[in-house]
Amino acid sequence: MIEPKTLHFDEALLLSSGKTIEKYDIVYETYGSLNAQADNAVLVCHALSADHHAAGYHDEGDAKPGWWDLCIGPGKAIDTNRFFVVSPCNLGHCSGSTGPRSINPQTNKAYGPDFPIVTVSDWVNYQKRLADKLGISQWAAVTGGSLGGMQAMQWAIQFPEKVRHAVVIASAPKLSAQNIAFNAVARQAIMSDPDFHEGRYYDYDVVPASGLKVARMLGHITYLSDDAMGDKFGRELKNDQLNYDYGVEFQVESYLRYQGESFVSRFDANTYLLMTKALDYFDPADEQDGNLSEVFKPVKAKFFLASFTTDWRFSPKRSREIVRALTDAGRDVSYLEFESNHGHDAFLVENDEYTDAFAAYMQNIEVSI
Amino acid sequence: MSELRPELQKICAWIKPGSRVLDLGCGDGSLLEWLQNNRDITGYGVEINPANVLSCLKKNINIIQVDLDAGLTDFADNSFDYVIMTQALQALQRPDKTLLEMIRVGRQSIVTFPNFGLWKHRLYLSLNGRMPVSKALPAQWYDTQNIHLCTVNDFEGFCDEQAMTISKKDIVDYDHKPGALMKLWPNFFGEIALYQINGK
Repeated sequence: MIEPKTLHFDEALLLSSGKTIEKYDIVYETYGSLNAQADNAVLVCHALSADHHAAGYHDEGDAKPGWWDLCIGPGKAIDTNRFFVVSPCNLGHCSGSTGPRSINPQTNKAYGPDFPIVTVSDWVNYQKRLADKLGISQWAAVTGGSLGGMQAMQWAIQFPEKVRHAVVIASAPKLSAQNIAFNAVARQAIMSDPDFHEGRYYDYDVVPASGLKVARMLGHITYLSDDAMGDKFGRELKNDQLNYDYGVEFQVESYLRYQGESFVSRFDANTYLLMTKALDYFDPADEQDGNLSEVFKPVKAKFFLASFTTDWRFSPKRSREIVRALTDAGRDVSYLEFESNHGHDAFLVENDEYTDAFAAYMQNIEVSI
Repeated sequence: MSELRPELQKICAWIKPGSRVLDLGCGDGSLLEWLQNNRDITGYGVEINPANVLSCLKKNINIIQVDLDAGLTDFADNSFDYVIMTQALQALQRPDKTLLEMIRVGRQSIVTFPNFGLWKHRLYLSLNGRMPVSKALPAQWYDTQNIHLCTVNDFEGFCDEQAMTISKKDIVDYDHKPGALMKLWPNFFGEIALYQINGK
């Protein structure tokens, strides 16, 4: 069984916004063991709604293992017989690390909307504090899918000497207008919920459940492909006949409601707002007038990129923008495009071609025995 | 060089050490692996077949899985010393477009293909009245991947039309050995053609 650990930090962390977080906790999990040379550490970065629980089970009764159990474990792509895997929960999240639900030491009340907006670059600084504490001066690899892949990319850019390999799966160099638009609608759904109370809903003992639910339903549609939804639900009805009313009639409606409701029970609305902002703001090329290849020039890491054919949130085309910038910069990169009808979620779904290729890449990463 | 197939050995001899190389349709990555270990080159392989892509990853070479027919949009102008494409020209949707892309991306381009002008093919077609089937071209007309076969003269004509320069040329048999007849009448006796070309 896996047990999350917590480290407390007292050194203030300066954020991109200019604000600081004075004290914070980092909750994280580790799998495998760090070797004597400390050169076998792999950082796993989570995406929007996942957290530090990336692999294994917390409890015998758990229905599901961690979110990337498909790829982390003995003999798997990120082989814990070789690698020491570190999986932190990001700052601003709601699964234990300091976030909007935590107590603000200045007010002795929950931060709520006063929790500063954090960026991908802030998370990299935050994860670096954890690496320092764990005695890891260089990652064998930094890995992640979607928003997690953005963190892997940012690590390679921000600390070129500290990353040997960057694994960026189903990700993008920055959000498109359409991506931002979806996030904007999700935020509007949350913020217009009467129970939102401008983010101070903890004080009222309520949660903006219906807003968060709609946000998740919307997000979920963008994670699946048209094909996957069609295969799974088609136009199937819940009760064999049309009722000519506004109740839940189609199976897909029922599924989305279920997804929304179960999300509300485990996720915080302020964190959702924060995560979507981190996504919107991510644009490492911005510091070079939009020229991503300039940003990649000082990078030392080798890259492994992968995309999935039916992912329309971060389509193969978006990964290829990163590939193009890396080849222009003369960096080492491998890029694979996998057939899958699972849309954006494909990076979490069993697919031998994907896991075999990922494993083959990871196998070539040299670590001391 | 013993482990490389003869055609690839010939190409290796054309590549200057330390070059930046792009290998289009790189198969299992043998050529790039050899060049990386013995000629200190850097670069990428492009391949679409998943099993080949996997062996490239295992060989620790940079592999980019994209369709050549969709163009070389992942690569900037003049960004490689050599762009290589062995035995893939005839399987492309639009070989002309890919050749122009190669010239755009590479300072030198190396192309190899089976010469369809070979006397055996001519004889087969004229005697049997059917599309030639041979050891080198074993598929039937309906299931062949070789949809754009060309002759030595076709290729050179294309280079001429497009104002490309042929800087090296080698016409050999299926065992990659040269011969006197091939030298005299390459379009009639040549089995495999190797060219190094560049734009003007």
